Amino acid sequence: MNQPASAYFIEERHDPNETHTLSVLVQNEPGVLARVIGLFSGRGYNIESLTVSETESQKHLSRITIVTTGTPMVIEQIKHQLDRMIPVYRVVDMTLTKRSIERELAMVKVRGQGEHRVEALRLADAFRARVIDATTESFVFEITGNTDKINQFIDLMRPIGLVEVSRTGVAAIGRGPEGM
Amino acid sequence: MTEKSHDPNQMTGAAMIVRALIDHGVTDIFGYPGGAVLPIYDEIFQQSDVQHILVRHEQGAGHAAEGYARSTGKPGVVLVTSGPGATNMVTPLTDALMDSIPLVCITGQVPTHLIGNDAFQECDTVGITRPCTKHNWLVRDVNDLAKVLHEAFYVATSGRPGPVLVDVPKDVQFATGTYHPPRKSDVHISYSPRVKGDAAQIRKAVALLANAKRPVIYSGGGVINSGPEASKLLRELVEVTGFPITSTLMGLGAYPASGKNWLGMLGMHGTYEANMTMHDCDVMLCVGARFDDRITGRVDAFSPGSKKIHIDIDPSSINKNIRVDVPIIGDCGNILGDILQVFKAEARKPDIKQWWQQIAQWRARNSLFYRKNNDIILPQHAIQRLFELTRGKDTYITTEVGQHQMWAAQFFGFEEPHRWMTSGGLGTMGYGLPAAVGVQVAHPDSLVIDIAGDASVQMTIQEMSTAVQYELPIKIFILNNQYMGMVRQWQQLLHGNRLSHSYSEALPDFVKLAEAYGCVGIQALKPADLDGAIKEMIAVKRPVIFDCRVAALENCFPMIPSGKAHNEMLLPEQANDEATATAFAGGKALV
Repeated sequence: MNQPASAYFIEERHDPNETHTLSVLVQNEPGVLARVIGLFSGRGYNIESLTVSETESQKHLSRITIVTTGTPMVIEQIKHQLDRMIPVYRVVDMTLTKRSIERELAMVKVRGQGEHRVEALRLADAFRARVIDATTESFVFEITGNTDKINQFIDLMRPIGLVEVSRTGVAAIGRGPEGM
Repeated sequence: MTEKSHDPNQMTGAAMIVRALIDHGVTDIFGYPGGAVLPIYDEIFQQSDVQHILVRHEQGAGHAAEGYARSTGKPGVVLVTSGPGATNMVTPLTDALMDSIPLVCITGQVPTHLIGNDAFQECDTVGITRPCTKHNWLVRDVNDLAKVLHEAFYVATSGRPGPVLVDVPKDVQFATGTYHPPRKSDVHISYSPRVKGDAAQIRKAVALLANAKRPVIYSGGGVINSGPEASKLLRELVEVTGFPITSTLMGLGAYPASGKNWLGMLGMHGTYEANMTMHDCDVMLCVGARFDDRITGRVDAFSPGSKKIHIDIDPSSINKNIRVDVPIIGDCGNILGDILQVFKAEARKPDIKQWWQQIAQWRARNSLFYRKNNDIILPQHAIQRLFELTRGKDTYITTEVGQHQMWAAQFFGFEEPHRWMTSGGLGTMGYGLPAAVGVQVAHPDSLVIDIAGDASVQMTIQEMSTAVQYELPIKIFILNNQYMGMVRQWQQLLHGNRLSHSYSEALPDFVKLAEAYGCVGIQALKPADLDGAIKEMIAVKRPVIFDCRVAALENCFPMIPSGKAHNEMLLPEQANDEATATAFAGGKALV
């Protein structure tokens, strides 16, 4: 095993890692995304997925959805660290609310001929993926769903002739009538 | 000309900056001119409300502003140019962020149309300083400038204080726009720090305190930051409860060192009694401190049997390093007041006589012991004499970083808050001298002493020139052991005494150096000379460099080897070669 590199990590953390989805409402001002990303890299947190876009242009609000992993203590730190940034309005742990929907969109390019094409279309149908581009030797599928579903679809496409994937990252929203 | 010119709120960006400083009650700023701030310097030239202190290096301006802020409770203000001016501020900004010091740094920037062009003295100032400020702004429109400046002062001074930076391109400084005085709506609506503590949590805390058998109060820099009232309340709480109290490096002075419940500083070089009390306590009240690694030692062995109450204004400090049982978020002065009120109404002083007997036994170990010598000045002895000879005077102490800093914390007794300026979190060698400049600017008639090391002091020695220019009679008290003492100590303890690059081969003659700067040089070589020389230093009303030649190989004890627990301290009388070798075995990789 490696020697601990510093006293900060002398404690062996036995807590298992958890994956959490955080929704962060921020003032859409220059540099705000850099601040958030800098926080993650500077403090050694993980980013599994990051999605950001302005959601209320009149109020200059952007919504950042971050999927991150860490021990419960680290996840709590991440939330506090985000929350204390000046342009951050709110941080909601969508995983803790247990009432959230997560979606991701992916475009998946597959190349193949003959039987492979048929198989690709059949799988696409099963996953409710749409064909958004086609040539005689390729398809581009558009698929929406949670991360697991998209991962599974991509895994199935690999032996058929997966060329490349473009994913949006996770967007999340709570169920019910209330906003965050 | 037009009607506009009659509106007193129509002015250039440069004029707005000076006006905002005046509106925020700023009387002194520290800075260094350059191309991208010339319009602001032109405005400074034409007024007399704000005094500008010209430093010799921007880092000096930053630390001077920190010293000014720490000793007054007001924000320190820095004005520097673009490019190197801004990058030289990175160290003080980081230092202020770590130690929660309110700083407002204004930087010049190349004109907006040149930003991104690799222009002369251009750098991405907001990008570079983003991780080392509490917040920063690049102002592209002169009409945003007033709001941003007011917001900057608010963010720097409210909640957990910290450094902020406002980057102002030169064309914005020249442009004319509308200024407005500070108003409530200038505050970022997404920023609202919590001040008042949760009442239910306060009740829980009081219940724990009232039933404690082995309590301890552990206070930190947050008490100082909260203002003098917080220190008063802390003292009252200690009085009302009869609990023992220890403090972090940053919190010294909140409770007086002469107080009967005082255990001394805790942590890596804290006293044995403070660390043992922390380790064995059953209830710990942490006020405005953050369980830093220099305090906790090994986290999984930190005070294992205690219920912990943590008062902090920054929610991210809670459960960061140590899990606590009763977190209370808010301003420590405010919360201490509430705790006192509830305690007085509902609880009685717990009987902790046995606990004090135990503490007395730990105290009897005399962990700050050192062997005096008649031929060589011991650094501990030098600090003790400095303390004795300045007792009763209006004294402020700053330090550099290293052994001398720890000895100062151990042997100089602080009776009041705001009297002790040191770089705790970042550990910046070169902090103390410019910080002393800043303290002396704020307190022109006080005795301001930088307790320094021969290595640290050379990092910012150029600021002696600033002290001479502004007739600031700062005293630089150098414990000169010709080594980077703490580095050498660690090399001895952890790296087989291979003293790699920790010896200062070519030290300057500090007395001659003092004279070259136009200040006074004093040297003490023998213990017998010490008192006379210190008295001479105090009597001189000019800047002094005091070259105190001390034992070269003295180590700073007691010490918790990094990564060990509080009850695994190494005491001075045990610190023979074998014991140190065992204590530090396997610790090489630690910080």
